[in-house]
Amino acid sequence: MAERPIRVLVAKPGLDGHDRGAKVVARALRDAGMEVIYTGLRQTPEQIVSAAIQEDVDVVAMSILSGAHNHLFPKVVKLLKKENANDILVVGGGVIPEDDIPSLKEAGIKEIFTPGTPTTETIDFIKKNVKRK
Amino acid sequence: MFEKEKLDQIKMSKKEWENNEVEKTVSRFPERKDQFTTGSGLEVNRVYTPEDVEDIDYNEEIGFPGKYPFTRGVQPTMYRGRFWTMRQYAGFATAEESNKRYKYLLEQGQTGLSVAFDLPTQIGYDSNHLLSQGEVGKVGVAIDSLADMEILFDGIPLDKVSTSMTINAPASVLLAMYIAVAEKQGVSEDKLRGTIQNDILKEYIARGTYIFPPEPSMRLITDIFEYCSKNVPKWNTISISGYHIREAGSTAAQEVAFTLADGIAYVDAAIDAGLDVDAFAPRLSFFFNAHNDLLEEVSKFRAARKLWAKIMKERFKAKNPKSMRLKFHTQTAGSTLTAQQPDNNIVRVAIQTLAAVLGGTQSLHTNSRDEALALPTEDSVRIALRTQQIVAHESGVAETIDPLAGSYYIENLTKEIEKEAMKHIDRIDELGGAPKAIEKGYIQKEIQDSAYNYQKEIESKDRIVVGMNKFKVDKEPKKDLLKVDPKVGRMQEEKLKNLKEERDNEKVKISLNELKKAAEENENTMPYIIKAVKEYATLGEICGVLREVFGEYQQSVIL
Repeated sequence: MAERPIRVLVAKPGLDGHDRGAKVVARALRDAGMEVIYTGLRQTPEQIVSAAIQEDVDVVAMSILSGAHNHLFPKVVKLLKKENANDILVVGGGVIPEDDIPSLKEAGIKEIFTPGTPTTETIDFIKKNVKRK
Repeated sequence: MFEKEKLDQIKMSKKEWENNEVEKTVSRFPERKDQFTTGSGLEVNRVYTPEDVEDIDYNEEIGFPGKYPFTRGVQPTMYRGRFWTMRQYAGFATAEESNKRYKYLLEQGQTGLSVAFDLPTQIGYDSNHLLSQGEVGKVGVAIDSLADMEILFDGIPLDKVSTSMTINAPASVLLAMYIAVAEKQGVSEDKLRGTIQNDILKEYIARGTYIFPPEPSMRLITDIFEYCSKNVPKWNTISISGYHIREAGSTAAQEVAFTLADGIAYVDAAIDAGLDVDAFAPRLSFFFNAHNDLLEEVSKFRAARKLWAKIMKERFKAKNPKSMRLKFHTQTAGSTLTAQQPDNNIVRVAIQTLAAVLGGTQSLHTNSRDEALALPTEDSVRIALRTQQIVAHESGVAETIDPLAGSYYIENLTKEIEKEAMKHIDRIDELGGAPKAIEKGYIQKEIQDSAYNYQKEIESKDRIVVGMNKFKVDKEPKKDLLKVDPKVGRMQEEKLKNLKEERDNEKVKISLNELKKAAEENENTMPYIIKAVKEYATLGEICGVLREVFGEYQQSVIL
């Protein structure tokens, strides 16, 4: 039986309305054969986690351009852990200063994609690191 | 624009040139590409000649500055009278911090203020709201009540500066606070000059800081139109924005089309609310993006002016020429800035500045080199402002009006963009106007498709971005970035707590109840909001009342 496609939740946590990047990445992932669910704007970490579980996704890919990443990204990882869903691969992207990246990775965000990253890089990373259910 | 006989001669010489000189060269040295296009994908010819402008009637389509159809500019003397307003969009952390930055910018020769609010303020939440966590003071200044606004403009005489506020869904509340601060300074509201963005349609399309559904949102906007036409006559009541539409990925022609389609919807709404077109239309203003393709951008601004003039005259039967003038603010394109080799961005911004100035902008914000990484440092902001000053004082482009007019290419491209934009506007009309086209996702889908194509071109290297997909360096030097103090959130919460202890809570309650009634009964909300603001009701409380009456917008997600 063929493996089911990788399922990805593309999410916009926080109040930030810049969704060009999230939507471009969502389409690129879809064109790469993944199943993509996009949450839309203004999602709380709780909403993102419950969508991830309900949709049974393998990956949560979040985008923030407002500077609230240090607060919101780790919260999503923490809540996923609480729901015993820490097998889900969590990645993030947006306007994120280099200095913030080490602590975000420590908090369990597996990779941070900053401006200028080709979508192919994100796709390859997901394919290599996803844990298939 | 040329006599027929002369034109025939030119056409013949062109054929000759193509068959001889061009043919010979191309057979030995092929051109770089099979097809050349503008930054937005419009086809570009090898060379433009009088035959490309033969259908253009000078007086009817180009004309003179300050005269219908305003292709060459909205004022008869343009920058020979005075330069555009140099207006850097700024704001971060607390009102105290931002006040310092404004004073710094004014000392550096900036001529107008432009306030950036943080996201909670833009979405009508106080700093202590659950959803505000992590966002307070990040992308702009946190304003919870009149008390913050008093600090923000402390020591800045509001009868002397003009202030632009990037605020949309809660625009009436922030304008009310501005009016109240001015009053405390002894400046009456009829003397105030400035702009509120107040453009909700593009929030649904591209920017995302909506609160209420379209219908009550449009009503709040027309409330402001009405109130200001009587009481704050020098205030620009809306800045109809293509900037964010372009940032979201649209082409130049789509930027013009979707912005003007939004403009048409606001004019329709105000007329439906019983206002006379010439009473409010002169206070409409616009906001566009200045992207990298210099000549396409100049043509875009010219096309937008001409199109709007025609729309106001022919479609809305405006009589006052001021109603037909498209005045606009410009910001250089944030989305063109690279995180890699950020100093290169200074050059991009300089080119975009030229585009805005050669396109006849009324005011300009130049982005700072580090904005793909964080909010700009003071150093970076100064270079951005200096870029404008160099173009104004040293480049010579401001000494004559619309200096690129008459270029075969510019005139041809102006016409092409106008045609292309008109196609989109016609399509939107068929769908029932901008609000309906947004509801159906047409505009969003068009923009997303363009954005995705743009990204694919970058990845296939059909589009080169210097320093990003070509001419890269291995190791980027460490950058000095601005950091917003994470304590800002707690400081705002503390301020709110004190405020609620000090103000007269009974009076606050009464003013909020009166506002609620006015909102329910379709009275103009503006006077009630001003009253509530003066009692130090918070932004969150006021928007909370309006949320109760109007409900909240639910985004339709389109991929």
